[in-house]
Amino acid sequence: MSLELRDIKKKVGQETHIYSTNLKLEKNTINILLGSTLAGKTSLMKIMAGLDKPTNGEIFFNNQNVTGIKVQKRNVSMVYQQFINYQNFTVFENIASPLKILRIANEEIKKRVGKIAELLKLSAMLDKKPSELSGGQQQRTALARALIKDSDLILLDEPLANLDFKLREELREELPKLFEDRECIVVYATTEPTDALLIGGYTATLLEGKIVQYGNTLEVYNKPNNLNSAKVFSDPPMNIAEVSKFGNSFSVNNDNFKWKINSSKLKDGNYTVGIRPHNITTYKEGNNSLEIKGKILISELSGSESLIHFTNGKYNWVSLSNGIHQKKIGNLETFYINVDEFLYFDQNNRLVNYV
Amino acid sequence: MSKITLKELSHSYLSTQSKKDDWALRDVDIDWKDGGAYALLGPSGCGKTTLLNIVSGLIKPTKGKILFNNEDVTNKNPVERNIAQIFQFPVIYDTMTVYDNLAFPLKNRGMSNNEINSKVLEIAEMLELKSTLSNKASGLTADGKQKISLGRGLVRTDVNVIMFDEPLTVIDPHLKWILRSKLKELHQKINRTMIYVTHDQTEALTFAEQVVVMHEGQIVQIGTPVDLFEKPKHTFVGHFIGSPGMNILPCKISKGEVYIDDNKITTHQKIKDKNFSKTEIGIRPEFITFSKEGIPVKIVKVSNTGRHKIIETKCSKGKIKILSKSSNEIPTDSAFVSFNKEFTYTYGDDWIIE
Repeated sequence: MSLELRDIKKKVGQETHIYSTNLKLEKNTINILLGSTLAGKTSLMKIMAGLDKPTNGEIFFNNQNVTGIKVQKRNVSMVYQQFINYQNFTVFENIASPLKILRIANEEIKKRVGKIAELLKLSAMLDKKPSELSGGQQQRTALARALIKDSDLILLDEPLANLDFKLREELREELPKLFEDRECIVVYATTEPTDALLIGGYTATLLEGKIVQYGNTLEVYNKPNNLNSAKVFSDPPMNIAEVSKFGNSFSVNNDNFKWKINSSKLKDGNYTVGIRPHNITTYKEGNNSLEIKGKILISELSGSESLIHFTNGKYNWVSLSNGIHQKKIGNLETFYINVDEFLYFDQNNRLVNYV
Repeated sequence: MSKITLKELSHSYLSTQSKKDDWALRDVDIDWKDGGAYALLGPSGCGKTTLLNIVSGLIKPTKGKILFNNEDVTNKNPVERNIAQIFQFPVIYDTMTVYDNLAFPLKNRGMSNNEINSKVLEIAEMLELKSTLSNKASGLTADGKQKISLGRGLVRTDVNVIMFDEPLTVIDPHLKWILRSKLKELHQKINRTMIYVTHDQTEALTFAEQVVVMHEGQIVQIGTPVDLFEKPKHTFVGHFIGSPGMNILPCKISKGEVYIDDNKITTHQKIKDKNFSKTEIGIRPEFITFSKEGIPVKIVKVSNTGRHKIIETKCSKGKIKILSKSSNEIPTDSAFVSFNKEFTYTYGDDWIIE
């Protein structure tokens, strides 16, 4: 089983929504499309599903050209951000509806609905109408309907976006388990890097209608092949500074912020450095940490972590520390930067190896 | 500005009440100091909007009293209570300029033009709206419009309290921190009593000096962000605050000692023997480490978030999640874990045992 996009393009009027895209998704994989709104995630999914025709290019499913074959003729399920259920049907009828269309026997339907309802914790709600359910339960119902038939391709378009944070946390954990022993390809679109990291699998970073990078999720995160991929895959946003290298020391341009590295394959010259917020902390971390002073803009507290924004020289910085650290706005505080975790990009914004 | 006292408040939307579930709000007692920054935090259905409407005067509580500066206002209507309220969606006049929008609440109160002018300029300065004052509000972005709503709430100096109801919902995620810092800064500058209602822990904890956490119509804890993280007084607070939330495991209490199976768990609390229908131990994933001995667990799943690993394990009493550095080696099959006793708490019927 595989899904392959070959030189897919999508234009709407004069506007290009998807630039030439080549992508091959393999059997039994979860694939994350990661990017901000309007990056092209939904457009790509609609093309994959057959809901929309590409302006150019071909789609192959199991090496068979399926370009132009309608969604009804293909074995596809899709779940959207908005909870879409039949309001007049009970939860049971909602989940059973794809099987009814396939004229599967009632006994079999009962069995399969019961099983999926148990998995998605809906067993007690089967007789209720969607309007009597919470948002999380409504989205679980939509998920159950998408999973009840053995689709080859399951497309999930920001399925957790409208749920509150705790439900999101819970469903995000359950989702990969639902696909563990199924023969299918899953595509999951999200704006949130954390979703991608916790779901795992493979990730494609998307920016303005282009796939920037595709690969194993953790590898894409740890080794973004260019600055755009790093930016898309960083939440909170990555700190970025223009730096120049001379000998084994680096300095941030127009600033008094400097550091050294031990060995270097890099030529002297100008680079861009990317520093993920968790590598700037209120406590020392790693063997090679740099101390800087920052004037506090705000401490955002997430419950178990502190996201502290501060200024140093002409740059604004974002730091992320474990635990709760309330700092007063305007105060001068010390931060530690873990130099070993910096990402360096050359003048063409490509990641460069520095050791 | 005012100190606000809520005394033995309960509210039900039903005409008669026979059981706990009939109450939308139960036994609420709060003292909000003059000039403080407070948040009401809880999931949908916890009663926070009911409480907000009681403070603003839209709902008269079934039981209890509301006092502003020790004066009973329970029977006063919203206008008499003199409150500024900022809602989820911007409430502004599209056809007016930004200036006129900000001046509107003051004009309505018959303030002189000179006074209005100085107030509007002061607020516009704080919110960085000065350069757009003569523009029509209709052309602004969602966060620009919400800034005007904030400005309209903040421009009046005579209000008793300013209430915010999920004010940053429409703001682009990347811009939220800017408005959060603006709001905090404004509070530090103008020192008025502010109450911020939200289901989002980051919003609440970032804004407030004291957070009121609500669950099923009840207050489960009032505390600082550090209190809520380090010492949850109710299992719901442990679960709701932090990501992942606190691990809650059934335990046995016998002669002042706490046990999970035969493993004695050390806490720094003094445990009193009392009759509870359930007793549990609470420990956050941040405060658990792998060790040579302790509670035996099986490793179920390891997720790497890039900056740490979340390890899902299973012990005889249920799931235990552990947070560890990304670089740390994780045992593969079976292991033992131990709890940092400073942050290990026991709960009787969901409330902390102290």
